[in-house]
Formats: sequence, structure tokens, C-alpha cells
Amino acid sequence: MALDNYLLLAAILFGIGLTGVLMKRSALIVMMCVELMLNAANLTFLAFARQWASVDGNAVAFFVIAVAAAEAAVGLAIVLAIYRTRGTVNVDEVRALRE
Amino acid sequence: MSATVEQVAFWILAIPLVATAAGVVIAKNPVHAAMSLVAAFFFLAGIYVLLGAHLIAFLQVLVYAGAVMVLFLFVIMLISLGDEHLLEERYRGMQLLGAVGALGVVAVLAWAILDVSRAAPGPLPADFGTVKAVGRALYTHFLLPFEATSLLLLAAIVGAVVVAKERI
Repeated sequence: MALDNYLLLAAILFGIGLTGVLMKRSALIVMMCVELMLNAANLTFLAFARQWASVDGNAVAFFVIAVAAAEAAVGLAIVLAIYRTRGTVNVDEVRALRE
Repeated sequence: MSATVEQVAFWILAIPLVATAAGVVIAKNPVHAAMSLVAAFFFLAGIYVLLGAHLIAFLQVLVYAGAVMVLFLFVIMLISLGDEHLLEERYRGMQLLGAVGALGVVAVLAWAILDVSRAAPGPLPADFGTVKAVGRALYTHFLLPFEATSLLLLAAIVGAVVVAKERI
């Protein structure tokens, strides 16, 4: 299986994630879509790692997973805090900085 | 692994992967979206195995499908999140514009991928992607980022507790 199939799959996954981030209103679904985009990046790293038989891509994918876990923990804490103070998780409603 | 076996396995994993990933965006109920994402992570782990990244595939199931998604489900149930359409819409036009923009990004990426070499990958070393090989890279070449990651995780733990706790 050639490299470009894996890269195209990653591009499609990234596009699905990006569509969700831009279109969904629930902050939790938006965060799930961010996770999807991070995984698309991981898939690209691993595809190139295999193509060049270099384990460095696997190491970077490891860091991406660690960063994604940290992002999920802090992001969900922020969602909880916003829900507690404002009673909503709609990302369109949280726009105090805009007004 | 022979090329045809890999090809068949790739399509068996890739088609449900895209379908479940789309399910995350399409699902109305957040719990359904989370379950769809768990399925997508499992299919993605299978693709990682095809790429010889055994350790990352294992971590994918353990960290993503296990820890991160349990966290998501906890929060969904903690704030008893209803269906998405209950949330008020404000920027309908901008959402559609966003979808068109995302499609454009995919088109540009696909255009760039067309230039990528289609040469079959060379033979992999026997220990490629194992704990031993990745661990050696992490503790030698990537030692500083590895230690920085431990600091990042510590900061994330403290930050999550401080932000989510009502009174400290």
C-alpha cells in the first residue's frame, strides 16, 4: 500500500474534524472533533515513519498523544467551569470577549 | 505482510473509520458522537498496526479509547447534555461558510498529496515500532521533549483541578 493512500485518509479525517469544529455548537463535540484532527496528524506522522523506515515519526506520535491527553483534561475542565458559571456549553453563547 | 493482504486490511479499516468519524459530526446525541469516536479510534489503531507502529496503536487504544473518551463521557453525563438541536443557532451562514472552507482545505491537501512519491516503502527493521525501538528514540534523541512532556502533564493535572474545582 503506497504512502499516498494513508495521507489521503488522514486528509479526509482532518477535513471531517475541521468541519465539526466549524459547524457544531456544543463545546464537547467541538473538542471531540479536535481530537479527530490530532489523530489525522498522527496518521500522517506514522505513514511517513514507515515510508522512510525511521522510528522518529513514532516518537513524535507519542508526544502528540500526550499533548492531546493534556488538552482534553484542561479543555474539559474549562467546559465544566463555563457550564457552572453560564449554564451553557454552546460555543456561540460564550462571546464575552467580543462584546 | 504481503501487499494484497495490507490492501484488503486497509480498506476494511479505512471505510468504517471514515464512516464513524463522520458519525461524530452527524450524530445529534453527544453520547452517540462519543461512542462513534471510540469506534473510530479502534479502527485507527488497526491502521497504525498496518503501518508497523505497534506501540502507538496500543497507546491509541489505552489513552484515547480508554482514558480520554471516559473523561468525555463523564463530562457529558455530569452536565446532562441534551441533543445538539436544543442549542440555539446564531451564525448559520458562517457555519455553512466553514463547511465550504473545510472542503477547500481537504482539496488543497489532496492536491499536495498527489505530488508525494508512490514508491513502495522499503523493508522495515525487525523491531520497527516496538516498545524497544521507540523507547530508545525517546530516551536518546527525544530526551528533552520527553522530559518536557512530563512537565506538561503535571501542569495539565494541576490546571484541570484548579479550573474545575469550585472552591480550592
